[in-house]
Amino acid sequence: MRRSPYQSMAAVLTMFLTMLLTGLFFLATAGSSLVLQYFESKPQITVFFTNKAAAGDADALKKTLEATGKVASVKFVSKDDALAIYREQNKSDPLLLEMVTADILPASLEVSAMDPNFLHELEPIIKEGQGVEEVVFQKDVVDTLLRWTNAIRLVGSLLVGLLALDSILIVMTVIGMKIAIKKEEIEILTLVGASPWYVRLPFVLEGGLYGTIGAFFSWIIITGLVVWLRPMVLGFLGIIPAVQILLVNPLSGIFLLSLVAFLGLLSAIGFILGSLGSFVALSRYLKF
Amino acid sequence: MIRFDNVSKHFAGHVSALADVTVEIQDGEFVFLIGPSGAGKTTFLRLLIRDMLPTKGTVYVDDWNVTTLPTPSIYLLRRRVGTVFQDFKLLMDRTVYENVALGLEILGKSSKEIETRVMDVLELVGLADKRNSFPLQLSAGEMQRTGIARAIVGGPSILLADEPTGNLDPQISWDILDILKEIHKIGTTVIMATHNVTIVNDLKKRTIALEHGKMVSDEQKGRYHVPARSKGKKDHAGNS
Repeated sequence: MRRSPYQSMAAVLTMFLTMLLTGLFFLATAGSSLVLQYFESKPQITVFFTNKAAAGDADALKKTLEATGKVASVKFVSKDDALAIYREQNKSDPLLLEMVTADILPASLEVSAMDPNFLHELEPIIKEGQGVEEVVFQKDVVDTLLRWTNAIRLVGSLLVGLLALDSILIVMTVIGMKIAIKKEEIEILTLVGASPWYVRLPFVLEGGLYGTIGAFFSWIIITGLVVWLRPMVLGFLGIIPAVQILLVNPLSGIFLLSLVAFLGLLSAIGFILGSLGSFVALSRYLKF
Repeated sequence: MIRFDNVSKHFAGHVSALADVTVEIQDGEFVFLIGPSGAGKTTFLRLLIRDMLPTKGTVYVDDWNVTTLPTPSIYLLRRRVGTVFQDFKLLMDRTVYENVALGLEILGKSSKEIETRVMDVLELVGLADKRNSFPLQLSAGEMQRTGIARAIVGGPSILLADEPTGNLDPQISWDILDILKEIHKIGTTVIMATHNVTIVNDLKKRTIALEHGKMVSDEQKGRYHVPARSKGKKDHAGNS
């Protein structure tokens, strides 16, 4: 590498960009999957009542729904319960806790159907219920999220695929050039009885090293971004337990372990990509 | 044992480097391969290490059919057959020690074993004090001795030497010959391609003569029969 630093730098830089995008895409995909899982695990319908609704309205609607025989569960969440949930979700932010009281949070019913196909049959019954202000179907939320997630996956996959191909081609070119420079040395090695792998391995490792170095620098950038954006992500997605557990303390064991695992994953992908570029160059330029 | 069975090698333009050569060399022999430039000496040696394939015929080294040896296995043959090249083929960015150690590194030997063996071989070729020198700091004779040390360090059963004295003065040439004789004494088969009339005639070893690719003689205590019209030129070569 020290003999042709500019070519090596080009290979490492390309690898860095590829691994940066791969890492960001991986985090975006993993994050959106967590959000999706969270919403999918929530009740299928949430019925919010107006502040003026009578105490018996929710109970009456609950009984009507249960009488249809099409609901799996109906759970009443009072204003006080809603406040308790809100406090639990925002316990780390006293300012948000001070501003909210039970009065401004609506009571609600969380309904799960026995079969998702029953949802459209339950909808008119719920909407006709006394004191009902708003009906939120999780399916709509999940469908919207799914559309976004799929779009992110498609665009991300295309970009990562193109950059991966670019990286392989750059490493192939750099390693091919190094093979040409070392042509005489390779000839001598083969004449004195070096095995094909003895000759090839340094080139494979060099390609792999480009990928690993690129992956390491991209990991530093991504780690910096995650630490910097952590409060904002917690504000948006803190209600999701997995996000809360992972990000609440940047010095926690699980957070540090995740970072190390992420470095391992990026390094492995980088090494494989770089080695692949070397393999292509070796199969093209070394015929033994 | 080495055997050439009706071996021919033609290059593009129907140039015949070897034509129907049949010869057998037993284990432990010292053989001179002689003939003018273009006679086919180097082709003979290159066929033995599968640096090229014959156009016709079969080459055997011990129990291996070199002609049909799969490409990925050629390195195993080359570990058994050490080669000394006229142009030395040394790695210029490595020291004498490192160049010689290469012959053992490719075998996966430990660094302790490599050090012991390399120093033994450097003592044998008289280069122990030059172990840290780079090839550019050596004379031609020293470079050739480094090449020999590298060729024998792995303990090959056969040693090929392609005009190892070609670029050397008479005294250094004899030094090289002494080393090759030492290697032969320990049971190594030595095949040396040469132009050097004096060496061939003084040593009186088996001599195979090639001319225009054809084997013209094979004598047990052979001599270099120099054609009359080029006698002066050959004598000069012998004394160079």
